[in-house]
Amino acid sequence: MIFGIPLQAFLGQLLIGLINGSFYALLSLGLAIIFGLLRVINFAHGAQYMLGAFFAWLLLSYFGIGYWPALIVAPLAVGLVGAIIERTMLRRLYSLDPLYGLLFTFGLALTIEGTFRYLYGASGQPYATPATLAGGTNLGFMFLPIYRGWVIAFSLVVCIGTWLVIEKTKLGSYLRAATENPILVQSFGINVPFLLTLTYALGAALAALAGVLAAPIYQVSPLMGSNIIIVVFAVVVVGGMGSIMGAIVTGYLLGVAEGLTKVFYPEASNIVIFVIMAIVLLIRPAGLFGRDV
Amino acid sequence: MTLTLDIDKPSEKKPVVVQTIILAAGLALLVLAPLFFYPVFLMKLLCFALFACAFNLLLGYTGLLSFGHAAFFGGAAYFTAHAVKEWGLPPELGILVGVAGAAFLGAIIGFLAIRRQGIYFAMITLALAQMFYFFCLQAEFTKGEDGIQSVPRGHLFGFIDLSQSTNMYYFVLGVFIIGVAIIWRIIHSPFGMILKSIRENETRAVSLGYSVRNYKLAAFVMSAALTGLAGGIKALVFQFATLTDVSWQMSGEVILMTLLGGIGTLIGPLFGAGLVVTLQNYLATSEFPVTIITGLVFMVCVLLFRRGIVGEFYNSRLGRKLGFEHRH
Repeated sequence: MIFGIPLQAFLGQLLIGLINGSFYALLSLGLAIIFGLLRVINFAHGAQYMLGAFFAWLLLSYFGIGYWPALIVAPLAVGLVGAIIERTMLRRLYSLDPLYGLLFTFGLALTIEGTFRYLYGASGQPYATPATLAGGTNLGFMFLPIYRGWVIAFSLVVCIGTWLVIEKTKLGSYLRAATENPILVQSFGINVPFLLTLTYALGAALAALAGVLAAPIYQVSPLMGSNIIIVVFAVVVVGGMGSIMGAIVTGYLLGVAEGLTKVFYPEASNIVIFVIMAIVLLIRPAGLFGRDV
Repeated sequence: MTLTLDIDKPSEKKPVVVQTIILAAGLALLVLAPLFFYPVFLMKLLCFALFACAFNLLLGYTGLLSFGHAAFFGGAAYFTAHAVKEWGLPPELGILVGVAGAAFLGAIIGFLAIRRQGIYFAMITLALAQMFYFFCLQAEFTKGEDGIQSVPRGHLFGFIDLSQSTNMYYFVLGVFIIGVAIIWRIIHSPFGMILKSIRENETRAVSLGYSVRNYKLAAFVMSAALTGLAGGIKALVFQFATLTDVSWQMSGEVILMTLLGGIGTLIGPLFGAGLVVTLQNYLATSEFPVTIITGLVFMVCVLLFRRGIVGEFYNSRLGRKLGFEHRH
């Protein structure tokens, strides 16, 4: 018993919080990377997350291609779509007020979601947990479904891996330099427009990866993206988009906070992240890890 | 010299005359419209047009993109519906309750949101409006998924029966004109000039000694209150208030109307609202989802058509000849 709550329920909600936190972290990480370089808030991030899940579902139901290949193919496909969108349309908006980028990607999100809703209906499609990760294991103090453990571990690896790529590799140093001063970096002979395309594709692919991971847990539905993206925006406001690690940590923290609220005061679990955002705005307007004002 | 002056003078006066004629023709059209169109459709159009005009006060004249205006629109619809149905208030007081409620919400959300700028401002307003959505979903007085149904329209000032759609239409038209007149007054006042200076260069406005925060908050509350006016009459027109009006899709819709009509033009949102509402009515009977069209229009507008319909007209040769402001 913890604070009058059975340990089982407490740990169960903690686990759900960590799962949600994994998705928040993956999505806010992608948003932060895209915003860092492109100065565009990618409203279509939720739609790209949904696309990832749908690609996995389509691969399975029409081609019999299972979870593991989908985990690679779906992010690649969505990344490619992202690259095409960046090359053909988004690119034209860089010289304008960043708000136009937000409005454009909002329209993009509406179009993608509307199309999938038209084709597959608003209700969710089930996606079976891969056989290798089915079942659960008894940890002694709680029952852990293996797939959920996998999601938490894998998303942590992806987050830290992305952070390492950006902080420790040559490509990452180009990215960081281009964030600071694109014109200077271009004058050193680095192809900045290509970096921009790559960054948007990478962000979209991360969202799609989160979507594939989410498919067996939540149902695959056209609306899954718009439900999560607003919460992720709040996460990003709390964390501040100045730091990649900040986005990751805030994602997990707020996921857990949401899970724990479900234990102690379920009525507020929908809004707890927004409340935290409001408090952070009052105390530290730049966000927990933010540098800009 | 005198000759050029003589030529100049009438050409300077002419635009005012032309603009007055256009304004009078527009008003006459709105007064006569119920003879040709279905009144409920027209009333819906006017509600959304006022909503978009109020929203444009913030986006077009202060440069703040709020992604949460549905909270004020839908919130006011709930407040008015509740006041009229449960408290038995007459319609004019019911609408005032809606306006006051929306202004109050605007003060809270605005106070938090103006602490950040630009893109963060948009995300914060979106998140806080979503929080209000969840509040409406769970609160007692909103009746959850059902919404507040069969709201009586009542009698205006105790003797004008609003259940007759002609009466209701002219009431809505009156409110619309008053609302737009208030907005016109705001943007042509010294206060409005300061708002525009904030839009153009916030840092400079600060260095000139204006407390930009207070001005932003004031503009936000005014926009919210006027949005509440639109939401209040909407609740009376349709006689219900539901979750649709507080959803983020509604916030997106009003942005689209403003963008399509012309950001920063007084009457642009009227045209934008007209197009969007017509489109929705047209597609309402078909299977095809409106969101696909809405999304595509959004993308096209942002990529190719950022001035909007009225903005493009103002900027065209004819528009300049008629002496309309040349705006970006």
